[in-house]
Amino acid sequence: MSPLLEVAELGLSFGGIRALNRVSFTANKGEITAVIGPNGAGKTSLFNSISGFYKPSSGQVIFDGNDISKLPAHKRAGLGLARTFQNVALFRGMSVLDNIKLGGHGRLKSNALSAMWYIGAARAEEMGLRREIEREVIDFLEIDHIRNLSVAGLPYGLQKRVELARALAMQPKLLMLDEPVAGMNREETEDMARFILDIQEERGITVLLIEHDMGMVMDISSKVVVLNFGEVIARGTPDEVRAHPEVIRAYLGGNAAKAAA
Amino acid sequence: MSAGFDWTALAEFALIGLFSGGLMALIALGFVLIYKGTGVINFAMGEFMMLGAYFFYTANVMWNLAVLPALLLTLAAVALVAALIERSILRPLSGQPVIAVLMATIGLGSALHGVVDAVWGGKNYEMPQLLPRKPFILGDILIPGQVVWSFVLAALIIAGFTLYFRYSRTGIAMRAAASDPVTAYVLGIDVRRTQRLTWMFAGIVGAVAGIVVGAMTSLSPALGGAALGVLAVIILGGLDSIAGAIVAGLIIGVIESLTAGYLGGKVRDIVPYVTVLAILMIRPYGLFGTRQIERL
Repeated sequence: MSPLLEVAELGLSFGGIRALNRVSFTANKGEITAVIGPNGAGKTSLFNSISGFYKPSSGQVIFDGNDISKLPAHKRAGLGLARTFQNVALFRGMSVLDNIKLGGHGRLKSNALSAMWYIGAARAEEMGLRREIEREVIDFLEIDHIRNLSVAGLPYGLQKRVELARALAMQPKLLMLDEPVAGMNREETEDMARFILDIQEERGITVLLIEHDMGMVMDISSKVVVLNFGEVIARGTPDEVRAHPEVIRAYLGGNAAKAAA
Repeated sequence: MSAGFDWTALAEFALIGLFSGGLMALIALGFVLIYKGTGVINFAMGEFMMLGAYFFYTANVMWNLAVLPALLLTLAAVALVAALIERSILRPLSGQPVIAVLMATIGLGSALHGVVDAVWGGKNYEMPQLLPRKPFILGDILIPGQVVWSFVLAALIIAGFTLYFRYSRTGIAMRAAASDPVTAYVLGIDVRRTQRLTWMFAGIVGAVAGIVVGAMTSLSPALGGAALGVLAVIILGGLDSIAGAIVAGLIIGVIESLTAGYLGGKVRDIVPYVTVLAILMIRPYGLFGTRQIERL
């Protein structure tokens, strides 16, 4: 398995606080890799560094063989890096369909003026995008019935799914999901887990996810990376990670680790 | 009329006010665009109007260009100035306190004023008449042609922008970038580009308004002052609402016209502000604006 994403010796500081310290791991092509760790371990900081919001003080992010450490966030998105947010980040004044279409816009070629006339190539592009989204995103994620509704009134679980749909519309190579099932009930969680697996198995999209729901992480991930206080303390298959003494200590405290050993 | 009240005059004042409100709504659109798109209140809006009028005068009268090329050249030039301003002044200030950005746009207004004074001098120029002057006559009511046509022009431009923001890809991207820049970035939207575009659009809107106002009055550095009156309109409409800008523009137009007609031109400048004060005491976020607007 060749790596699609390689994070090498990444360091990030806010003032005197080291949010990330020499973080290294890889996400293999076509696999689901999970990043776990206690609250404040630096998981979201890591995501923000990969997607380009934070400028790491050291280290590299290598995506699909290219060093993207210096690229701005929107260019990284253009290369095939899509993500969702821990707090649902939909555009609340817009419909579900408009939100999803925004995910596809970055790939289109026409500019401000040609799109303004809504004719010729721009129109054809727009129609093509619309068809593709209908087929590959809306049908796929079973949100056909809500496509014309405003996102603001949707239940939380559906909002999360629309956000996933928007990320899929970007036709990403790497899909980064920040706590995709946080706050969901059991049924919603199972639905979401099934969609993530489908995305990986049917589309071959590489998935990198942050999640606190250990059951789901252990079920669907091929690899798990464990962060604590900004450092990688363990990485491996779910079984390896589960048995790792450092991980048990981080989650359950020192005494529990001794008891387990 | 039994009571001796001149209903025709009332109707005439009201209609003239309504039609001149179109231009106010257009100027208001310039403010709203920038506030919605970048969160900045651009006190230099009047100076965009002034620049537009001076550029057009230069191209059309001094260089003898035909109206259409002169207009296109003017709009392109003002858009370029707006883009340069965004790049050199606003972008470095992004993330700074609201009051700092505000002061910067006020300073920018003064600077543009100074430049215009230095280049063209402080004297009045006669602008060419662009809009037909033939008055519209409805029974006993007479409405100056320029007022009606300025309303039509403003309505077309505002409708165009509304459609653009609702349906065009770039327009939707601009709305997205305005409501949540971080998420927009992640979707591959170049937020700096949409912000630059916002300023260019506002510059163009201001320039059109400036040319029309200049043609209806005369061209002097004081032309930009018209925008300050419109600031009242915007606060009334809510800073982030195009619909609010339109309605408030029309209301203020009518109020100004009625006051000028019945109480005289001197009171005219005060009444809109008094109205706005009264409304703001009841609805501090404006008629249509969202509640959490940053108050100044």
